[in-house]
Amino acid sequence: MPLTESVTTPAATKLSAQHVHMTFTRDGKSTPVLNDVTLEVAKGEFLCIVGPSGCGKSTLLSAIGGFLSPTGGEIRIDGQPVSGPDPRRIFVFQERGVFPWLTVEGNIEFGLFKLPRAERQRRIAHYIEMVGLVGFEKAYPAELSGGMKQRLEVARALAVNPDMLLLDEPFGALDSITRLIMRGELLRIWREERNTVIFVTHDIDEAVQLADRVAVMSGRPANIQQIVNIDIPHPRDLSSPRYLELRNGILTQLGLAHQV
Amino acid sequence: MLGRGLSTKRNLLVRLRPIAFIAVLLILWQIAVSRSPAHLLPGPWDAAGGILDLVRHGLLLKYIAASLFRVTWGFVAAAVLAIPLGLTIGWYRRAELAFNPLIQIFRPISPLAWIPIAILWFGVGDIASVFLIFLSCFFPLLLTAINAVQRIPSVYVNAGRNFGLSPAHLVYRVLYPAVLPQLITGLRITLGVAWIVVVAAEMIAVNSGLGFLIVDARNAGNRYDLVVAAMVIIGIIGLLLDLGMRSLEGAKSLRWDYSED
Repeated sequence: MPLTESVTTPAATKLSAQHVHMTFTRDGKSTPVLNDVTLEVAKGEFLCIVGPSGCGKSTLLSAIGGFLSPTGGEIRIDGQPVSGPDPRRIFVFQERGVFPWLTVEGNIEFGLFKLPRAERQRRIAHYIEMVGLVGFEKAYPAELSGGMKQRLEVARALAVNPDMLLLDEPFGALDSITRLIMRGELLRIWREERNTVIFVTHDIDEAVQLADRVAVMSGRPANIQQIVNIDIPHPRDLSSPRYLELRNGILTQLGLAHQV
Repeated sequence: MLGRGLSTKRNLLVRLRPIAFIAVLLILWQIAVSRSPAHLLPGPWDAAGGILDLVRHGLLLKYIAASLFRVTWGFVAAAVLAIPLGLTIGWYRRAELAFNPLIQIFRPISPLAWIPIAILWFGVGDIASVFLIFLSCFFPLLLTAINAVQRIPSVYVNAGRNFGLSPAHLVYRVLYPAVLPQLITGLRITLGVAWIVVVAAEMIAVNSGLGFLIVDARNAGNRYDLVVAAMVIIGIIGLLLDLGMRSLEGAKSLRWDYSED
């Protein structure tokens, strides 16, 4: 079976979610969260998922990461059904995911335990430099700013060479200036590494600035209402008519245009 | 240069302040004792004489060693059993539901209430007092370990699983470091409790140690100078034990909290 499946799936498809349903049951009460979500993501694509808060974006991302199994439908990555967390796809939480008991070096080294020592050292040095934490190798997370902790978590994720990064509102806790800088950094890193990125956010501007495509989710129980192609080359001009048009299109889709 | 000289001088003064305060209290104590007609309490001078007396008879170190020996064994045995058990119970929600009522019933029973049973089981001797110290440490440590596991934010566990850690590695590289700061605080508090309980246990269950010294000094001719001498020694050793445990808490890899930022 798997052989024929991988033949029918086009080579460029990294992730394929088909009719995914998710229902949470707590205290005998069941709450449908995801309702028939179907989504395809191409290899090397940067996809943003936006939607109203609490709509199930993070639930979808957790299911893609293998932390939750859908109550219906199927998620396949590289043609294989997702059965659990896997180092080939690393989930990046808000900066709280770094281990406070390890230094910057120790955090980046965390996932590299299967590699020989020399290779570990090489990767640590490489990714510390890539995320701009040179000079902080021996620092503990408590001594870093929020933005630095976030970069550290991204470095820890990249160090294991994952082919997918799953980012759950990674910049949500940062101030607006740091957030802008971090978006630029993430794009720069993505261009170097060319991983497939799925980025969940409730910030429509963030989505339009970063993504190749933006998946717009409805309120709960959520499905994907629309997928918007962002056909503006990087670096993007945030005041260009096309940018504003795409942004307004998504706002309208969410029923939020001209509300304030 | 001048400024630095001044600031080290001021630092020294700040450090000396508690010592000076204790000295003032000792002087007031001596004055109060010498002015009161009734012998309600020996003065600091008598107490110091009592300590010297104990040293001269070679009893002081012997009794300190005896008390520390019992505390060490009771405390270590409790830690070795209670911490892994607590971590396991805390990790499995169902185990916690099953064990919690039992723990809550045993926990409020003072370890001293076990003295008769301890003597019945083990006779008068070291094992009985070690058992009492074990009991006084076991339940607080068990609860500390259960709470510590339950407080681990799920992001750390998920991150560990995400990087492909085996269950054994997950325990060693995520659970253990995540609970360590709380465990060390729990151990510090519990060691203080053990040091309190050993005195009570020695008053009844054995014939050596600082607790025994207090009872023995009173029974053998109302030597209240020795009673106070023993109390002072107990206080000082308690302080040193606490300082020792606190220095563990200061390690950099332990100085963090989930609640930060």
